[in-house]
Amino acid sequence: MKIRGIAQAISEAIKQEMERNDRIVVLGEDVTYWGAVFGFTMGLFEKFDRKRVFDTPIAEQTFMGMAVGAAAAGLHPVVSLMFVDFLGAGFDQMYNHMAKNYYMSGGQFPMPVTIITAIGGGYGDSSQHSQVLYSLFAHLPGFKVVVPSTPYDAKGLVTKALRDPNPIVVFGHKLLTGLPFLPFEGTEEEVPDEPYEVEFGKAALRREGNDLTIISAGLMVHRSLRAAEMLQQDGISAEVIDLRTLIPLDEETIVKSAKKTGRVLIVDEDYMSYGMTGEVAFRIQAKALKDLKVPIGRLAVPDVPIPFSEPLENAVIPSIKRIYNEARKLYQGS
Amino acid sequence: MIIKPEPSLKDLSYLIESSGLKPSDLLNMYRRMLTIRYFEETIRKIYHEGKNPFNMASGIIRGEMHLSIGQEAVAVGTLYKVRDEDVVVSTHRPHHHAIAKGVDANKLVAEILGKVTGLCRGKGGHMHLFDKTKNFACSGIVGASFPQAAGAAFAFKYSGKDNVAIAFAGEGAANHGTFAETLNIASAWELPLILVIEDNKYADSTPKSFVMSTTFHYQRGLTYNVPSYLVDGMDVIDVYSTARKAIERARKGFGPTLIEALTYRYVGHFEGDSEEYRTKEEVEMWSSLDPIRRLENRILRLNYADNEILAKLREEARKQVQDAIDFALRSPYPDPNEALTGVFA
Repeated sequence: MKIRGIAQAISEAIKQEMERNDRIVVLGEDVTYWGAVFGFTMGLFEKFDRKRVFDTPIAEQTFMGMAVGAAAAGLHPVVSLMFVDFLGAGFDQMYNHMAKNYYMSGGQFPMPVTIITAIGGGYGDSSQHSQVLYSLFAHLPGFKVVVPSTPYDAKGLVTKALRDPNPIVVFGHKLLTGLPFLPFEGTEEEVPDEPYEVEFGKAALRREGNDLTIISAGLMVHRSLRAAEMLQQDGISAEVIDLRTLIPLDEETIVKSAKKTGRVLIVDEDYMSYGMTGEVAFRIQAKALKDLKVPIGRLAVPDVPIPFSEPLENAVIPSIKRIYNEARKLYQGS
Repeated sequence: MIIKPEPSLKDLSYLIESSGLKPSDLLNMYRRMLTIRYFEETIRKIYHEGKNPFNMASGIIRGEMHLSIGQEAVAVGTLYKVRDEDVVVSTHRPHHHAIAKGVDANKLVAEILGKVTGLCRGKGGHMHLFDKTKNFACSGIVGASFPQAAGAAFAFKYSGKDNVAIAFAGEGAANHGTFAETLNIASAWELPLILVIEDNKYADSTPKSFVMSTTFHYQRGLTYNVPSYLVDGMDVIDVYSTARKAIERARKGFGPTLIEALTYRYVGHFEGDSEEYRTKEEVEMWSSLDPIRRLENRILRLNYADNEILAKLREEARKQVQDAIDFALRSPYPDPNEALTGVFA
């Protein structure tokens, strides 16, 4: 079937897995009538009723803690964290318990929990509703970090998550959801009706090129692809890699591409310092330093909160134009 | 004696009988409380070996150590008749709960010593004890136990099982938002949950009078429409008779209960605590209410056993603890490479 955006693809994956596995339940704020606001649980309430889809109080630490306890007792909770920005209200249960109990218990208590959260800015929601923050989770041992950029990936990655016995956080970008009340920068594509898995730790080569490699995830993949089209008109052939999952990270694919092109630009909508860009750059230089023709470049939110006013917001979240400019500079620097 | 008068012999035997307890149950409770007491006293002794001057990183047991001496009746009374399938989520002070839940003492000591034969192969330690076979878990983060137990209760209700989940927490933890949030959702969703507050008067070093707006927490439970009881935590029979009702109610699907047990820890918050925040007189007063001695006196007065039998039980408990210590001491440490394994299932 044709699906426009990742929201419907994600809810489709959850629906099909819920049909297969009655241990899966959905918990979170506004997960029934509103489909978790960003559509990730839309249609589940209609199909499964309140017997399996539970609107929780606005109490993140408690419903995250309940997910820990329910997972320990044999369920597979799908938990909606409405905006990733709200993680602070429930983070203790996530990073100190959900992510650690399997390890701390010496393997006795797996934590099959799938958290689905909305990320990103670009629509004027300011500092507390526009962040990405996946690097925080990627930094903490015990989470798998999934960042789908297309409907096909969204369905396959979430299906995979729902069959995985570990805590997995799925970061769905709001501008890729395909919902009518938000700008849309994603794709509409044919998605198989049947359930299927997209493997974790396998990056997608979204565009082949020879002159430089652009590495990104989520919304930034789409902006990087558009920047690559502009570069093509300048005669610069850019390769675009979609990481798909930050944990596990597909080091092989990014290193291979870096060796091939010798020039790497990493584009991230999360904060710059101590984040994804630095980590990916480190991995590349450790294995491909001699193949690099120029120092690795990066573009990310420059360590400021996401501001409200449109020109200010546009100045910090990487745009197609800024990706294009950075890539050109990187290419010309050699 | 804390909140209710000490019953006459006639009333006591009536209370015991009406709680469904037999003389043998009282002896079992006595035995379990003694095991906990000896366990904690022995751990305390070993903990301080090699720590002169006091240094948490030296000696056989490293890190912090929070002991439950004085609080035995709360654990044993609450958990006396729970099933292995019932979930218990405990705290940074977890040994008495673990033993009362039936967690293997050998593996418990081995874990506290960081040995590979421990419950968690040495990865958890004293504040992070897990036992899948007994459905026992812990958290070293104050206030974390409430929602996790609620989650297990949710899973039981969802699956149509009549198991219950029990969250233990101190009176300090009950000032955390998770307490209020969990009372709210457990009540709204009628979860088979029992929240047990061990009010030992101090959150670390902070007396409850400085940080609590109410004198007791059970008052808070009432505002969430949760049946809430204040019990004498130094009286195992009082704890048991209330816990029994709460557990039955939860099993039948009628929802959560809050039990606040007034108790006292005879030792510091952690080992090495200088305890300036409380008086010697206060400790002595509470020592006179020692839950083990109290039960022992009752057993003798009721003629459920004589001194000889009690001495035998004490000997058994001592041996069980000593065996566990010996097992742990002769167990090997984990291979350092194990540190890098087991992050993901």
